[in-house]
Amino acid sequence: MQAVSKGDGMRGLAVFISDIRNCKSKEAEIKRINKELANIRSKFKGDKALDGYSKKKYVCKLLFIFLLGHDIDFGHMEAVNLLSSNRYTEKQIGYLFISVLVNSNSELIRLINNAIKNDLASRNPTFMCLALHCIANVGSREMGEAFAADIPRILVAGDSMDSVKQSAALCLLRLYKASPDLVPMGEWTARVVHLLNDQHMGVVTAAVSLITCLCKKNPDDFKTCISLAVSRLSRIVSSASTDLQDYTYYFVPAPWLSVKLLRLLQCYPPPEDAAVKGRLVECLETVLNKAQEPPKSKKVQHSNAKNAILFETISLIIHYDSEPNLLVRACNQLGQFLQHRETNLRYLALESMCTLASSEFSHEAVKTHIETVINALKTERDVSVRQRAVDLLYAMCDRSNAPQIVAEMLSYLETADYSIREEIVLKVAILAEKYAVDYTWYVDTILNLIRIAGDYVSEEVWYRVIQIVINRDDVQGYAAKTVFEALQAPACHENLVKVGGYILGEFGNLIAGDPRSSPLIQFNLLHSKFHLCSVPTRALLLSTYIKFVNLFPEVKPTIQDVLRSDSQLRNADVELQQRAVEYLRLSTVASTDILATVLEEMPPFPERESSILAKLKKKKGPSTVTDLEDTKRERSVDVNGGPEPAPASTSAVSTPSPSADLLGLGAAPPAPAGPPPSSGSGGLLVDVFSDSASAVAPLAPGSEDNFARFVCKNNGVLFENQLLQIGLKSEFRQNLGRMFIFYGNKTSTQFLNFTPTLICSDDLQPHLNLQTKPVDPTVEGGAQVQQVVNIECVSDFTEAPVLSIQFRYGGTFQNVSVQLPITLNKFFQPTEMASQDFFQRWKQLSNPQQEVQNIFKAKHPMDTEVTKAKIIGFGSALLEEVDPNPANFVGAGIIHTKTTQIGCLLRLEPNLQAQMYRLTLRTSKEAVSQRLCELLSAQF
Amino acid sequence: MQFMLLFSRQGKLRLQKWYVPLSDKEKKKITRELVQTVLARKPKMCSFLEWRDLKIVYKRYASLYFCCAIEDQDNELITLEIIHRYVELLDKYFGSVCELDIIFNFEKAYFILDEFLLGGEVQETSKKNVLKAIEQADLLQEVRYFPRCVTPFSF
Repeated sequence: MQAVSKGDGMRGLAVFISDIRNCKSKEAEIKRINKELANIRSKFKGDKALDGYSKKKYVCKLLFIFLLGHDIDFGHMEAVNLLSSNRYTEKQIGYLFISVLVNSNSELIRLINNAIKNDLASRNPTFMCLALHCIANVGSREMGEAFAADIPRILVAGDSMDSVKQSAALCLLRLYKASPDLVPMGEWTARVVHLLNDQHMGVVTAAVSLITCLCKKNPDDFKTCISLAVSRLSRIVSSASTDLQDYTYYFVPAPWLSVKLLRLLQCYPPPEDAAVKGRLVECLETVLNKAQEPPKSKKVQHSNAKNAILFETISLIIHYDSEPNLLVRACNQLGQFLQHRETNLRYLALESMCTLASSEFSHEAVKTHIETVINALKTERDVSVRQRAVDLLYAMCDRSNAPQIVAEMLSYLETADYSIREEIVLKVAILAEKYAVDYTWYVDTILNLIRIAGDYVSEEVWYRVIQIVINRDDVQGYAAKTVFEALQAPACHENLVKVGGYILGEFGNLIAGDPRSSPLIQFNLLHSKFHLCSVPTRALLLSTYIKFVNLFPEVKPTIQDVLRSDSQLRNADVELQQRAVEYLRLSTVASTDILATVLEEMPPFPERESSILAKLKKKKGPSTVTDLEDTKRERSVDVNGGPEPAPASTSAVSTPSPSADLLGLGAAPPAPAGPPPSSGSGGLLVDVFSDSASAVAPLAPGSEDNFARFVCKNNGVLFENQLLQIGLKSEFRQNLGRMFIFYGNKTSTQFLNFTPTLICSDDLQPHLNLQTKPVDPTVEGGAQVQQVVNIECVSDFTEAPVLSIQFRYGGTFQNVSVQLPITLNKFFQPTEMASQDFFQRWKQLSNPQQEVQNIFKAKHPMDTEVTKAKIIGFGSALLEEVDPNPANFVGAGIIHTKTTQIGCLLRLEPNLQAQMYRLTLRTSKEAVSQRLCELLSAQF
Repeated sequence: MQFMLLFSRQGKLRLQKWYVPLSDKEKKKITRELVQTVLARKPKMCSFLEWRDLKIVYKRYASLYFCCAIEDQDNELITLEIIHRYVELLDKYFGSVCELDIIFNFEKAYFILDEFLLGGEVQETSKKNVLKAIEQADLLQEVRYFPRCVTPFSF
C-alpha cells in the first residue's frame, strides 16, 4: 500500500524537515525555523489567496515547528479555514493542528465549534469521525458545553456507522471525565449498556470503556451491564483461537476487550444471580486453566496478551475476595511467575501478590513463597523489581516471620539503592514496632537502622524509638546500656548521638551503677561527640547535661564548667547560648527539689497512630498538602502563644504530622529537660524563677480544662486525663463554623457505650445552633474517633456549650464534662481601617453602655509579639499606626451572627512598669462589649 | 492511559499524545524527566516502573522508545501490547517502518494513533479496520514523501 502515487506529496514539508535535521547546531536550527516562520507569515499575509494545498502544507510546517518545542503564535485562523475544506486531507490537517494547538481564543472556538457542528451533521462518516476525534483530543469544557448533548444521540442512533459509534463512545467518555455535569443522563444510557451485545467487536471494545466509567459514578443505574458483560466474556473465553478473526491477537481471542470486561466487573461485588455467578466463575477457572496449557506460540506477544487477561482475572478474584479456592489458585499461579525467566512477569507477580497477602484466605498461601521473595531481593538486577520484593515482604509480614523479614530487609539495606533506602528504613521501623514481642529486639533493630543507614533515618523514626522507650519501663535499662555501647564506636551517626543523648538523659541512672558506665564516663562519652554535631543536636545534648545535673549530683561541677565555658555561654547561636545561660543558672539557683521537679522523667506519650506509618502513607499515597499547611499554621500559633501552661499536651491529636506528633521532642530546638517540654524554653524557665507555684501547677496535665487557651486559637488539646484525650480542630467563617472533635483512647482497652453529648443551656439555645451526628459507641484501645460539629451563630451569646461524655472503661462508668470553646469572638471578621476612620467610629460609639473597660494585672510576660498574635488570634484586625502611642494595640472587626452584624473596636494599653493592662471595648451592643472584654482580658 | 511518548535513543521526542489536560510547561517537564529516566535503564530491565503516582510502560523498537503512562488500576501487559499493535500498524502502513518514516510523516503517525486509541482508550484493535480508515484517506490524496532508511523496527 505504500506506493499510492498521485502528485508529489508535501514535498516542501519534507525539504524543510530535512533542512532541520541537517542543522549542525541549535542556533542553526532556530535560524532555519525563523526563516521558515517569516516565509509562512508572508504567505499568509500576502495578497494572493492561497490554495488549499499550500495552506495545508504551511499549517503542517507550523505544527512540525511546534512539536519541535517552539512557540507558534499564528496560523490558527488558516487551520480553522482548513476545517471547512471539502478535501479530506486538508480537513484532517486542520483538525490535527487544532487538536494539538488549541487555545481558548473565544473567536476561534466559535468558528471551530461551527466547523465541528457541520461535520457532525454531514452524515459523512469519515468527516464525523474526524470531528469526534477532535472533540476527544481537545476534551475541554467549552467542547463539552457545545457537544455533550449531541454525542449520546449519535452514539445510540440506529443509522450511525460502526466507526462513528466507536468514536462517539470514547469521545463521550473523555467529555464525561472532564466535566460529568455536562453530560445529561437519559434514556440513552440504557441503550449504551446494550452495546455490550453489539455484533461489531470494535464497537463493544470502545463502549466498555465508556460503560465502566459511567458505572463507577452511578453503579446502581448500570447494574444490568453485569450479566451482559459476563456473557460476552464467557463467549470470548470459550471461543477457539481463530473464531474472532482479526480480533484474535497472536492466538489470543480479543485480549483488549477481555481485559476491559474484567475491569468493568471490578466495579461491582460478585453477581447476585446464581446463574450469572456460576458462568463467571467458570470463565475465571477457564482463564486459570489456560495458563497451565502449553503456549500456542513462542512469541512474547502471545504470552503477554494471555497473561494480561490472567492478571486481570486475578485482580477480579482479589476484588471479590470471597472464593478461597480461586484465591489460592491465583496465588499458586503467581508463585510460578515469581521464578519466571521474564522480568516483567516476576515484577507483576510480586506486585499482584502484595494485594493477595492482605486477604485472609490467601495470606498463608502467600507466606509460603517467602524464600523466593527474599531471594529476589538479593538477586534481581533491576531496582524496580527489588522494590516490589520489599513491598511484598512488608505485606506478608506477621508475627511469625517478622524477625526473619526484618533481618533480611536490614541486610538488604546495606547495599540498597539510594532511591529506596528511606522507604525501607520506614518499613523496617514499622514492622519492628508492630511485631515486637520483645522490645529489646525493637531497640536493637532501630539502632541497627541508624548504624546502617543513618542518613535515611528521618526524625519520625528516632522520635518514635524514644517514645516507645519512655512508655515501656521494661526496656529502659536495656536501651540505656545499648545506646551507651553503640556510642563507643569511634564514628557514629549523629542520629545515634541524638537518641543516645536523649535516652541517657532520661535513663542513664539505670546503668550508672556499673563502673564502666559511671556518670562521668557517660558524660565524657557524650561530650566527646558534642563538637562534631549540628546545632539542634548540641541543643539536645545541653538538655541531657542539665538532666545529668539532676540525676548525678557528683558530675554537677564538671557540667557547670562546660556550661560556663565561653564556647557555650557566648555561643554565636542564640538557642545554644540561651540554653547554656539558663541551665547554668538553673543548676546554681534552684533547690534540689525544684530541680528534681523540673527535670523529672518524661511522662508517657499518649498512644496513637505511629507517625512513621503516617509518613509512609504519605510517601506512598498522594501528597496531603493541606495537612502540612495546617500544621505549619498551628505551630506558628503555638510559638506565638509562648507562655501557655502545659504545652506538653498542646500538640494536636488531629494531625498525624511529624511536628505535631512529637510533643516535647517537637520542633528543631529539642525540648529542655523538664516534663512540660515547651516549644520555646524561655517562658518556662522564667516561670520557674519568678513564681514557682505556677511552674509546678501545670506539671500534671491531669484533667485541667483548657478552655481559655482556645479563645485565641482553634486547634489543640482540650482535655486530657489518664484515659482520654480530646483534641479540637475548628474553622469559622462569618456566622458559621465547623469543629472536629477527636476522642483518643489512651488505654489499650476499648471504651464501651461511648456517648458524647453537646449541651446548650436554655439561655444559650436560642443564640447558637449546633448539629452533629452520634459517634460509634465502641472506641478501640489506642484508637481515635472523630466527630464533626456544625455551628451556626444566630445572635450574640455569652455562655459556652458543654461537651459531656459518658463511657464504660473496664467495669467502671466514666463521666467527663468540659466546656466547648465556642466563643463569640470566633465569629469575628477582621476589618482594616485607617486612623481617621477608626477614631471617627470610636467617637460614634461614645454612649456609656457601648463601652466596657477593664484594668487588670498581667498574668503573663508582657511581650509585644505575643500580644499581637493573640489579638489577631482573637479574630480582630490589628491596626498599625492608628494609636498615637505606638505601645498601644488597636483592633477592629465585625461579629457576624445570623440576625445581625456588630462592629467592634478595641484598644489595649499596656503599662510595663506597673505590669498592668487597660482594655477598652466599644461595640454597638452592650452585651457584646461585655463578653468580648471578658474573653480577651483573660488572655494577657 | 494518560499519555504516550515516542523518543529516540538520543532523547529526541518524535511523537507526543496527551490524554489529560496539562500546560505546555508541565508537558515539557514530564517529557524531560521521563526521557531521562527511561534512557538510563539497562536493556534487560523490566518494562514497567512507578513514576509519580503513575505506572510507566515502555518498550524499545530499534532506535525508538515507546513509552505510555497508565493509571494505578490499568493493566501493564495489555499496555505493552497496545504499543506493539501500534508499531504493527505503523509497520503495515509504511512497510518496514523506521524512525525516519515517523519524522517525515509525523502527521500520519498521529492519524493512525487516533484511529487506534481515542481519549486514551483502545478504540479499534483490528488491524484491518484501522488501516482501512487510513487508506480511504490516502486514496483521496497525494503520495507520502518517504526517504527510505536502513534500520526498520525488528519484530
